[in-house]
Amino acid sequence: MTSSRLAVPCGSRIDRSQRLSFEFNGRRLIGHPGDTLASALLANGVQLVGRSFKLHRPRGIFSCGVEEPTGLVDLSEGATRTPNMRSTLVDLHEGLVAASVNCWPSVRFDLGAVNNRMAALLPAGFYYKTFKWPDWHLYEPSIRRMAGLGRASGEPDPDRYEEAAAQADVLVIGGGLAGLSAAVAAAEAGADTLLLASGSALGGALAWRDDSQIAALIVRAERCGVRQMTRTLAFGVYDHNLVCARESRSPAPTRIATGSIATGSIATGSSGGVLRERLWKIRARAVIAATGAIERPMIFPDNDRPGVMLAGAADKYAHAFGVACGQRVVIAANSDSAYRVAASLRAAGVNVVALVDRRPPADISTDAGHVRTFVSAAIARVGGTKAVRNCTVISTEMDGARPEKLDCDLILSAGGFAPAVHLHSQAGGKLRWVEESAMFVPDGAAPGLLSAGACAGIFARDAAVNHAAELGRAVARRGAAPAAPIGGAGRSLAATHAPGVIGKQFVDLQNDVAVGDIGLAAQENYRSVEHLKRYTTTGMGTDQGKTSNINALVLMGEFTGREPAGVGTTKFRPPFAPVTLGLLAGRRVGALYRPLKRLPAHGWHEARGALFEQFGNWLRPAAYPQAHESLESAAQREAGAVRRHAGVLDGSPLGKLEIYGPDAAHFLDLMYVGTMSNLSPGQARYGLLLNENGTVVDDGIVARLGPQQYWVNTTSAGVERTAAAFEEWLQCEYTHLRVLVTPVTSRWGNVTVAGPRAWDWLASVGMDPGLAPQSMKHMTLRESAWEGAPLRVLRASFSGELGYELNIPADHVKELLERLWQRAADFQAVPYGIEALEIMRTEKGYIHIGTDTDGTTLPQDVGFARAIERKAANFVGRRSLLRPAARDPGRFQLVGLAPADGRTRLPVGAQIAPGAPPTRTEGHVTSSYWSPELKRPVALGMLARGTQRVGEKIRIHHLGSVIDAVVVSSPFIDPQGDRLRG
Amino acid sequence: MMQIPCIHCGLRDENEFTCGGTSHIARPGLEQSDQVWGEYLFFRDNPKGVHLERWRHSQGCGRWFNLARNTVTHEILSVYSMTDPPPP
Repeated sequence: MTSSRLAVPCGSRIDRSQRLSFEFNGRRLIGHPGDTLASALLANGVQLVGRSFKLHRPRGIFSCGVEEPTGLVDLSEGATRTPNMRSTLVDLHEGLVAASVNCWPSVRFDLGAVNNRMAALLPAGFYYKTFKWPDWHLYEPSIRRMAGLGRASGEPDPDRYEEAAAQADVLVIGGGLAGLSAAVAAAEAGADTLLLASGSALGGALAWRDDSQIAALIVRAERCGVRQMTRTLAFGVYDHNLVCARESRSPAPTRIATGSIATGSIATGSSGGVLRERLWKIRARAVIAATGAIERPMIFPDNDRPGVMLAGAADKYAHAFGVACGQRVVIAANSDSAYRVAASLRAAGVNVVALVDRRPPADISTDAGHVRTFVSAAIARVGGTKAVRNCTVISTEMDGARPEKLDCDLILSAGGFAPAVHLHSQAGGKLRWVEESAMFVPDGAAPGLLSAGACAGIFARDAAVNHAAELGRAVARRGAAPAAPIGGAGRSLAATHAPGVIGKQFVDLQNDVAVGDIGLAAQENYRSVEHLKRYTTTGMGTDQGKTSNINALVLMGEFTGREPAGVGTTKFRPPFAPVTLGLLAGRRVGALYRPLKRLPAHGWHEARGALFEQFGNWLRPAAYPQAHESLESAAQREAGAVRRHAGVLDGSPLGKLEIYGPDAAHFLDLMYVGTMSNLSPGQARYGLLLNENGTVVDDGIVARLGPQQYWVNTTSAGVERTAAAFEEWLQCEYTHLRVLVTPVTSRWGNVTVAGPRAWDWLASVGMDPGLAPQSMKHMTLRESAWEGAPLRVLRASFSGELGYELNIPADHVKELLERLWQRAADFQAVPYGIEALEIMRTEKGYIHIGTDTDGTTLPQDVGFARAIERKAANFVGRRSLLRPAARDPGRFQLVGLAPADGRTRLPVGAQIAPGAPPTRTEGHVTSSYWSPELKRPVALGMLARGTQRVGEKIRIHHLGSVIDAVVVSSPFIDPQGDRLRG
Repeated sequence: MMQIPCIHCGLRDENEFTCGGTSHIARPGLEQSDQVWGEYLFFRDNPKGVHLERWRHSQGCGRWFNLARNTVTHEILSVYSMTDPPPP
C-alpha cells in the first residue's frame, strides 16, 4: 500500500470529522465528505482500478479531473448502474457502490490480460487487417465481448432528467480565476452575467488553495449579481452559439439494507426516481470560455502502470484531499511546473526522490531546491506491473551519465500544458502552435466565443486576471476585445519521449495506443491527423484523447518530418465530456416519448371491453374481445356481424380538413388524381393524393359542402402530412389561389355505422328520416342534426356494406355511441374495431395506403389508369406519371391472391417468384386475412403485370417454404357493389 | 441549433421550423422533357456560401418564408416573403 492519507493541514476539501462508508469491488472502504471516489480510493491504498480497453493492462488513477483516461468505474448497481464514470469526478457519498470495468474474473487476476502477452501481434489496424476474410461479422461478436469498458444496465433507467433554458447577456464558462475575473468585470459593467462552474465550488484549480484573490472575487461576484451555476459542465457549443451544459443533481443511489437498490417508477418518465441531471440550453449574446488547461503526460516505457500519474493531479490530491499518491516520488518533467509540484509535495511531507527533466539546461528557468535533478534525461524503464517499484533514468546526451535505477512508487508526469481549446474549436475557432511551450492556442477569437485564462494560452497569473477582466468589460459594453497576452507557460519540448528506448510507450492510455502504433500509421500512410485518429483509435475513447492528442500529433510530425502545426489537430466536436443518453432524452421517454391521442369516447370503448392498440398516433380499439376470445377470433366475429347485421366503428381519428375559398375547387383538382371541381354540393368522390414523384401518398373522400367549401377526409395517419402539403403548395407555388385550409380532425368526431341494418339502427335512435338510403345515395353528404348537435353525414363505405359516417362534434360522440348501444341488441349490432375493418376492406379489395402501397406505387398500379386518362387538368405528380419507368408494362399492380388449397393463409410480406430464392422477385403479399364471409383466406398483393395474370398460378416463398397460390380478381365480395348501395 | 427570424413571429429556435430546401425553383409544365422534369425533381445545387431556401414556422404561425443563409457559417443574411423576388 503506497498511497495513503496525509496529516492535517493537508486536505482542505475534506471533512475528517465525518466518515463515509463506500464499496469498491465488494470491499468496504472509508472516506470523508469532500472526497471524490478517486481520492478516497487512493487514501485507502487502492491504486489498481481497472483494465485497459484492448490489452487488459492494469491501470490506475491518472488525473484529478475531467481528462481522466483510466480510472473508470461502473457506478451503482441494477437499474441505476452507470458505466465508465470517471472516479475523479464522482463525489463520494455514504453507501456509494463502484466496480472496476473491463476485467474478468477480477481486476487483480484478469484473464483478458493474455492480450497483453500478445501485444506485439495486436498493432494498430490489427483488427482491420486480420478479420476481413471472409466477413468481419463472423468475428465481431467475440471481439466485441473482449473489448469495451463498462457495462450499461440492461434495465430501464428509473431516474429523471430534465431540460431547461437560460439566457444571459454574457455567459462565462469556467469558475476559475480567469472566469471569475471576466464574470465580475462583465457584471460590474452592467451585463446580465451567468457563470458556469463544473466543480462544486468556484475557484477552479485554486479552489482548494485558500486563495485570497479568489475569495475576493467570489464576494464581488455575489455583490454585483453574477448568476452562478456550479456542478454544471458546458459540454457543447452549437449553431448560433447555443451552449449546452449538464447540471449534475443527485448522487447515485445508495445500497439499502436489503441489498437491493432503491428505484422509482419508470412508466411515465415524469414521476418516481430522483432528478439526476438537468440539460441547460443557454443563449447568450457573448460567450467567454475560461476552461483552463490540461496537463500533458510524458511518454516513456510502461508509462501506463498504476502509480504513474499527472504531476498537477498528485499535488491536488495532496493538498485538497490530504492524500499522498506515493511515498517515494520521481517526477518526469518537460515543464517548469514540475519544480513547483516538487516543492509543493515536499511541503506536504512527501518524499520527492528525483526530478528527471527531459529538457536541456537552457530551457529550464527554475530549480528544484534540494531535490536531486537529472537534466537532458528520461525514464527508460519502469519496474513493477500492478504498481511502480522503481525506474531507470538515462541521459539523452551522447556522452551523458550511465543509466541509474531509482527506487520509487510514484512517477509523476509533468509534460507541459495543453490549453482546453475544445469549446473554442467547437465554435469554429482556429488554432496556432506555440513552439516555445509546445502547445496549441486559440488563433484569435471564435465567432461569438472569446477565450480567457489558460485556455487562451495565458499562463501568467496577473496577465490572465487583467486580460479576463478587460474581456468581461469589453463584451458587456459591446467594445472590441483586447488582444490575448499569450505566454507564461515556460519552455517545453514538443517531444516528451526519449528516442531509442525499448518497451511499450503509451500515448493514449484508454485505447492502448503506443508510440509504435503511431509509427505504423505513418508507415502505412495514414498521415492526416483524421486518418491517424481512426486508424490507431487514438483519442477515440470516452476521454476523447484529452491527455493524448498533442503527444500523438507531435509523434506523427516526427515520423513524417513535419512540425506539429503542419500535422494539425482533429476537429473538436461536442460533447466535451461524455453525457448520458438520459440527459439528452430528458422527459421524452416512456409514455411521453410519443404521446398518443385518445378517442373522445375512450372510456366508452373501455367499458365495452376494447383491446386498444396504437394506430398512427392514436390509441384505438383493435377489437372488443369477449371472454375467451382472442383478438383474431373477436375480429372474425365482429366482421361477420357487420356483414349480416350492423356494427359501429369509432372513426374519429379519420383526417378531416375544410377547404374554403373562391379557388377551392381548382385547388383540389390540382391536389387529387380525381376531379373535384365538377362535384355538385352534397356529392362526394374518392381521391388519390400523389407527391411530385407521382407516388401515392394518401387517399380519401372529398365532398362538396357549397360552391366555395369542401369537406376532405384523409387517412387517419396522413392528415397532418396532407394539411402540411396543401399549405406548402398554397403558400409556395400556387400563391395566387385564394384558399383556406382548416384542419378540423379533433373538432369533429366520426361514428361509422355499417351493415345491412345500419339505417334501421340509426333510425331507431332518432336520425332524420331524410338520411334513409332511399333518399340519400352512396357517396353523398348531407348536413343534418341530432339531439341539437350538428351532423355531417357521409354515405360511404370502407367495409363494403351500407355505410354511414356520422361526423358529429367530438363532445357528442360518446352520447351517440351510448344511444346506439342501448338499441344494439334489437339489431344484433356490435361495436367493431380496426381489425374487423381491415378484414372487410381486404375482402372488398380496397387499398390501405402504406400497407398495400409503398414509396414506388403509382396510381395506375392500383387501378387508376383510366381516371388519369379521363382527367384533362394538371395535378401534382402528373408529369412524373409520363416518365418511361412509370409506363413500364412490367410494373407491380394490385391483384387479389388466393391459396391454391383454399386453406393456407398467405403471409404478408412474402415474396412471389417462380423459382427458389435467391431470385428476382415478381411481387409480394400486402394484405391477408381469413374471410369469415367466404370461410377461406383472401389476400391482396403487388405483382408484376398482375392485372393481366388473373387465373395464373404463382409461388409464394415464406421462410424456406413454398405456398402455391392463384392470382384472382378482387373484390372477393359483392363485386357489383349492390350491398354498399343499400 | 440555429435561431431563425420568422417574418411574422421574430427570432425562434430552429426546432420550431421545418426546412423546405432550395427556394425559387420554377415548376416545369407538363410539356417539358423528362430531362427538365428530372432536374426539377432530383437535382439541387449544394453551394458553399449563400443559399436561398424556404422554411416553415411549423410549430408557430405555420407560414412559409424565404431566407438567405450562409451554409458555412450559418449566418442568416435576410428573410423575405415567399412572393418576394430573390435578394440581389
